[in-house]
Amino acid sequence: MARQISVQVETPLLEIKNLQTGFKIGKGYYNAVEKVSFKVDRRKIIGIVGESGCGKSVMSLSVMQLLPNEIAKVRGGEIKFEGRNLEKLSEREMNQIRGKEISMIFQEPMTALNPVFTIGYQLQEVLLNHEKISKKEARLKSIALLRSVGIPRPKKIVEEYPHQLSGGMRQRVIISMAIACQPKLLIADEPTTALDVTVQAQILDLLKNIQEVNDMSIIMITHDLGVVAEICDEVIVMYAGKIIEQTDVTTLFEDPKHPYTELLMGAIPKMDGKKDTLTTIEGLVPSIQQMPQVGCRFANRCPKAMPECLTTTPQLVENEPGHAVACLFFKNSTQKGRVGDR
Amino acid sequence: MNTTKTKRSTKQTTIVEKETLLDIRHLKTYYPVKGGFLRRTMGQVKAVDDISFEIKKGETLGLVGESGCGKSTTGRTILRLLKPTDGKILFDGKDITTISGTELRHARQNFQMIFQDPYASLNPSQSVGDIISEPIRNYKKVGKKELKNEVLDLLSRVGLPREAYDKYGHEFSGGQRQRIGIARALALKPKLIVADEPVSALDVSVQSQVLNLLKELQAEFDLTYLFIAHDLSVVKHMSDRIGVMYLGNMVEVATNESLYAGPLHPYTQALISAIPEMDPKKRKDRIVLKGYVPSPQNPPSGCAFHTRCPLAKEECYQVKPTLKEVTPGHRVACILY
Repeated sequence: MARQISVQVETPLLEIKNLQTGFKIGKGYYNAVEKVSFKVDRRKIIGIVGESGCGKSVMSLSVMQLLPNEIAKVRGGEIKFEGRNLEKLSEREMNQIRGKEISMIFQEPMTALNPVFTIGYQLQEVLLNHEKISKKEARLKSIALLRSVGIPRPKKIVEEYPHQLSGGMRQRVIISMAIACQPKLLIADEPTTALDVTVQAQILDLLKNIQEVNDMSIIMITHDLGVVAEICDEVIVMYAGKIIEQTDVTTLFEDPKHPYTELLMGAIPKMDGKKDTLTTIEGLVPSIQQMPQVGCRFANRCPKAMPECLTTTPQLVENEPGHAVACLFFKNSTQKGRVGDR
Repeated sequence: MNTTKTKRSTKQTTIVEKETLLDIRHLKTYYPVKGGFLRRTMGQVKAVDDISFEIKKGETLGLVGESGCGKSTTGRTILRLLKPTDGKILFDGKDITTISGTELRHARQNFQMIFQDPYASLNPSQSVGDIISEPIRNYKKVGKKELKNEVLDLLSRVGLPREAYDKYGHEFSGGQRQRIGIARALALKPKLIVADEPVSALDVSVQSQVLNLLKELQAEFDLTYLFIAHDLSVVKHMSDRIGVMYLGNMVEVATNESLYAGPLHPYTQALISAIPEMDPKKRKDRIVLKGYVPSPQNPPSGCAFHTRCPLAKEECYQVKPTLKEVTPGHRVACILY
C-alpha cells in the first residue's frame, strides 16, 4: 500500500515523449515540433521560451488537442496526462479534460472572449459544462471567481460585455475562466505580451498566487526572458521546433550553455549598465520546409559552429545534473541520461 | 564610482550646450468625442494635455508610458500629422504649429517617421524601390539612374541586399521590413526621426539588430530621434534623455542615468519596479499599482495619478503639479518635490 502511494507521487502531471507535430504543406507534412520530450511535475511553473516560429505554441495546441485538423496533426510521440495518453482519447473524453483538468489562456485578451455574450454568461458556461450545479449557484460562483482574480465590483461586471473592460481586466476574466474548475495544469500562451508593464506585473503576481493556492502547475509560454526569470521554476529553450536547452531557472541565467541561449540573453537591453551595441543573431530561422534534415538547426547562425555541426544532429544531453543542452560543443561529457528519461 | 559620476556630469553639460532642434511648448491635442443626434461633439479626449519639452540636436529623447498615455499622439502631433489643439511646436527655431500647404510640405522633408507595424506600413502593391524612392521623387528632381543609385545606397546602408530593389514588401521578414521603413525615413536625410515603437513587433534577436542599426545611423547622419516605446529597457538602451508620460501629462523628464538611478515620480518608480529583472535571484517586492489608468475623457482632478498613487495626499486631489527642476536636468511634476 505504502509503495503504491510513493509510485503515485512520482507520476509526473504531464509527460511528453518524442512529440512530433507537422503541418501539411502541399503534399507532404513538415514538422513544426520535432521530437520534443519533457515532463511537467506537480506544482511547478515551467517556462518555454523561444522566438516566433520555434514551435512553442504548436506544442501547447498539441497538448490541448486543439490543432486545426485539416492542416496539422500529431505525427508521432506520446502526450500523457496523469498517465493517460491524450492522443487516444475520444473527443468527448477530451472535452472533459479541457477546461477541467487542463486549461489554457491565450495572448490576445481582446479576441479570446466572445463579444456578444456577457462576462457572466461566458463564465457560467464553463461552470455548467463541467460541474453539476444550478444556474443560480453558477452565477454566485462566477461572482466569487471574479472577485478572487481581483476584479472590482464583480456583481456589476458579470452583467457587462467584454468591450466594456480594459485589456488587463479582460485578461483577469480569462484567467478566472481558466481556473474556474481548478485545473491541475494551466497552459499560458504569452499571457502578458499584449499588456503594459504595470499590468503585466499585476497579472504575473496573480498567476503565481493562484498557482500556490490551487496547487496547480503552469506551462508558461513566452518570448520574454524577464517573465521567465520572474516566475518560472524550470525553463525549456526551444529553437526551430526542438528543445535546445533545459534546466532550472537560476542555472539558466547564471550559466547558459547553448550558444543560442547565450546570444538571446545578450540581445536584450539590460536595466543595469549601459552597453552600446547589443548582441545580434545574424540571419533568420529556416522555414519549416527548408529545415536541415541532419545537423544542428542553429548551425547556419551560430558563431561557434564547427564543420561537424552540419553533419551530426546534436542530442539533448544532460551534461551536468539537471542541465541538458543539445549542442555538439558540449558533447564530450557522457552521453547517457536524456532529460526526458530522467 | 566617483570617476564615473564626473564622467557622466561632463557628458551632461555637453548635451546642455547643444543647440535645440525641437521645442515643444504647452502642447495640447484633444480628440473630439462624437455621438448622439447628428454626431455632435459630446466631449473631448485629452490625449496630450499641456506638455513641454525640448530635444537637442543629435540626441535621442525617449518617451515612455503605458497604452493611452498620449505618447504616440505627441509624436504624430509634432510631425503635424495631427492638428494640435493648443501650444507651440518650434522646429529648428521655426514655428510649425499652424503652417500649411506648400510651407508644411516643404518643412516635412526635415522630419520623418518610422512606424510600429512593419506589416502594415509598406504599400503591398509597390516594389521596395518605389517605396524608398517615393519621398525623393516627391521633393527633388532627380534622374532615373541617379535615383536608383540613391536607393541602392540606402538599401546597403540599412543592411539589405541590392536584389531587394525589385521585390515587394511581403517577401521580407518583419525585421527586414522594418529596415525598408528605416530606409524610407532616411531617404530625404531628415534632421528628426520620430520612431514610434519601431521594435515592439519584432523578435528579440531581430530587435537588437534594428536597435543597433538605428544607433549606427544616428552617428553617421547626425540624426535626432524622438524614440517612443513602452519597453523601458529598450528606451534606456536608446535614449540620452527620457520623458515619462501618464494620462496626457509629462510627469518626469531626466537624463537616462539619473532617471533609472533615482526615479522621483511615484509613477516612474512603479513603472521601473514593474519590469521583470533578468535575474531569478532578484525577484523583488515590486510596487504593484492598483487599478487601471483612468479614462482620458474624464481625467481625475488635481494630479492625474492620484487615483493610483501610493503616496497621494489630500493636496494631490486639488492641485495639478507642474514640472519642476529638482536637480540639474531632472524635472518632475509631483508635489512631493
